Amino acid sequence: MTAPLVEATGLKVAYPVSGFRRPPVEIVHGVDFHIDAGETLGIVGESGSGKTTIGRAILGLAPVSGGSITFDGADISHAAGAARRALAKDIQVVFQDPYSSLNPSLTIGRTLAEPLLVQGWDKDKATKRVLELLDRVGLPKNAAERLPREFSGGQRQRVAIARALAPGPRLIICDEPVSGLDLSTQATVLDLFIEIQRDTGVAYMFISHDLAVIRHISHRVGVLFRGEIVELGTTAAVTNDPQNPYTQRLLLAAPVANPRAQRARRAERLRLREEQEATYGGLEKLARRGIARAAAETTPRQFRKAVSS
Amino acid sequence: MTSQTTASESVAVPAVVVGTEAASVDAPPPADEVRKSVFHRLRRDPQAVITASILLTTVVLGLLANVLPQHGPNDVVFANINLPTGTPGYPMGSNTIGQDIFSRVLHSINTAWVSALIGASVALVVGTTFGLIGGYFSRLRSGVEWVFTVVMTLPGILLLILLMPVTGGDFRATMLIYGFLMSPSVYRIVRNQTIGVSKELYVDAAKVSGVTHTRILFRHILSVVRGPIIIATAFLTGTAIGVQAGLAFLGVGSAEIPSFGAMISQGFRAINIDPLQFIWPSLFLGLITASIVLLGNALRDALEGSRPKPQKISATQTTGGFAAEATEPADPTAVLQVRDLGIAYQSPSGTLNEVVRGVNLRLRQGETLGLVGESGSGKTQTAFGILGVLPLEAKVTRGSVLIAGNELLGASEPELRQLRGTTIAYIPQEPMSNLDPVYTIGSQLVEGIRAAGDLTRPQARTRALELLERVGIVDPERVYRSYPHEISGGMAQRVLIAGAVAGHPKILIADEPTTALDVTVQAEILDLLRDLQTEMDMAIIMVTHNFGVVADICDQIAVMQRGQIVETGAIDDIFDNPQHEYTQMLLDSILDEDTIRQDPPAVVTQGAST
Repeated sequence: MTAPLVEATGLKVAYPVSGFRRPPVEIVHGVDFHIDAGETLGIVGESGSGKTTIGRAILGLAPVSGGSITFDGADISHAAGAARRALAKDIQVVFQDPYSSLNPSLTIGRTLAEPLLVQGWDKDKATKRVLELLDRVGLPKNAAERLPREFSGGQRQRVAIARALAPGPRLIICDEPVSGLDLSTQATVLDLFIEIQRDTGVAYMFISHDLAVIRHISHRVGVLFRGEIVELGTTAAVTNDPQNPYTQRLLLAAPVANPRAQRARRAERLRLREEQEATYGGLEKLARRGIARAAAETTPRQFRKAVSS
Repeated sequence: MTSQTTASESVAVPAVVVGTEAASVDAPPPADEVRKSVFHRLRRDPQAVITASILLTTVVLGLLANVLPQHGPNDVVFANINLPTGTPGYPMGSNTIGQDIFSRVLHSINTAWVSALIGASVALVVGTTFGLIGGYFSRLRSGVEWVFTVVMTLPGILLLILLMPVTGGDFRATMLIYGFLMSPSVYRIVRNQTIGVSKELYVDAAKVSGVTHTRILFRHILSVVRGPIIIATAFLTGTAIGVQAGLAFLGVGSAEIPSFGAMISQGFRAINIDPLQFIWPSLFLGLITASIVLLGNALRDALEGSRPKPQKISATQTTGGFAAEATEPADPTAVLQVRDLGIAYQSPSGTLNEVVRGVNLRLRQGETLGLVGESGSGKTQTAFGILGVLPLEAKVTRGSVLIAGNELLGASEPELRQLRGTTIAYIPQEPMSNLDPVYTIGSQLVEGIRAAGDLTRPQARTRALELLERVGIVDPERVYRSYPHEISGGMAQRVLIAGAVAGHPKILIADEPTTALDVTVQAEILDLLRDLQTEMDMAIIMVTHNFGVVADICDQIAVMQRGQIVETGAIDDIFDNPQHEYTQMLLDSILDEDTIRQDPPAVVTQGAST
């Protein structure tokens, strides 16, 4: 196996707080993970777990306060200015909200051409590429002349995907890209993501709160709880046989769209909650006591933590 | 501008019948519609047309200042003092020293416009530049802010008079300085807008795309702040003209330059001889400044879009009034029966657009009905229609809502108030935005409890604490004293549930009550609702798009599509054997729990693109 495409070691992210000499607030408390070329790492967590922040740290939109992120072997934790702009070719993003992620006053064509033009493409080539991209994400050619507000949420998200694909990146950070979409649209957009990955070999970091989505698209999954990864492993292992008690609770909390199965799951969830509360106490302690998944996934730091607790 | 867009969108959303994903692609392409429509709206606004014509006329007159009059503005002919208006060669007469008032008015127009141009453009350039910098680069903000605050504290007119020795009395230099003094007002607008826009995700996306800060500022941010700047400039122009005239009136500046201020001042001295000497310049100055302000207002309306006023709907458009012409007979066993409910929104063109089209629902005591559909299906509108809390633009076009045999549609507000809380209650989607941030949880609960029943304040307090405990809040006393921002979203939803069930309602309408919550919290809230339902024998309408939630809590389902219910039935029947193709499609789109991505990571081909 070659070196991973992205590797985060002890990554910490802290936001400065306004006010004189106020200490920064740490959102991510040292996480380790890697993403290989062509694979999808799903990051699942609840609100406030820091999942979006990790993605923003890789993109250079959140300050790295400890540890490091490498891309292709080079440290990009603090890349800024020209160094960061150079990364634009390789690392791209698709955000959650398809309404605020497209400039309402720019036509789709201009939005899509922008990343190409700043990379120094000439205009004709860029225009041709824009049409290719629209075709790639299943939008009609005349979409280029339209404004974002003429499109539905699902279509806007396709535009956002096309923009991310424009420079031919090797990694796309997908921050809840299907959460704002209707059920029927969600499935087709997810399939588009998978199809694009198969065709281009791009790697995804796929951030979501929805386990069903994560299961559908991820090769490996990391479960995030209050800024720490409490479990990391292959999708099958994490979602079928979770080791961490928090992951177990999370899996059982998601309702299944089948009345009979859901009745059974609800009973199972209540049973597990009682059992876990007897053993560990509240959710907080529960996750911390969790045993980080062993084997190759576990970094020495996590392992030490798991053993010492 | 951004807030405006979202506001208009939220109004427009229910009016649009959202179809399949591809539907809106077929719509005719209104490219560049925004700018065109602004121009169109201006052209159709008489206020804009009239004021713009007046201003244009003055500009033309000013340009002809050396052509039309027969005398120079400063030509003094002592033989011709105080000539009345209409004298040949002196169409507006002459002043106390025999100068041609017509000539002086035309030259004053030029002075006014040059002042406006210099003052407004300096304010615009300085204010916009630093507004963009201060708004975008948060590190520089406090420094820039400080400088502009200092500028704002300077006494403008006084400073201009004091600086006369520096400017040498030249009004252009004075206006240059005044431009700087006006710049904070532009700065504030641009800075605030920029801070707002730079939080938008598309700015982040541009950064990720390697777009430089300068390019982001000009391309993404300036285009959005453009509208407010244009409006501000219109008003600054008026201010600059007024200040220049004011200074000249006070006699500050060169006497050589004809100016409205100087003319009015001179006219004042001759007010007993011929008031017209003072009225002519005042008239033109007034006309110009008033036109500028009115044009500015018209521009604001065109750019920021004054909302079309809701029009009365003619009787022919409302079908059947409020009488139920439903095919379904009234069902005495139902606690809530909705028959043939129609709700319409008025489109900007005035036609009614029905978003709920003949909905029939029946809810029995203790039963949970899931009202399921995708966005735009009309499920929330139906819920609001039942609650009688539709927005003002909405009209109930037909149908009947019976609660325990009483007709709700057409009932008076006091009657409805009587029902709300005690018979029918509501839980919203966004718990946080439904709590008032300035009052404590306790006082909001007490207010609701007292409104629903005749309890004294201490009794209501005891009841509120009981309720908080009932909904699973561990430390009710502490939460009672807390403000909404001090509690979590899940806790806020528990508080709202406590408020909703305070009056032992027979019917609870929950509009996506768990959508904004985490799954672990969602599970607990659903547990709570289920317990409360059994305890109070409530009927629940659960509006949701989530089939997991439906499977968890509902007994019956009604599937909505484009304002109509396409299928209803018992939960097990619908999940096992959906009849309507839309229901089948929805159930098929659910991401199967058992399918896990199996294919191996993609093989990376070097130089891959697309």
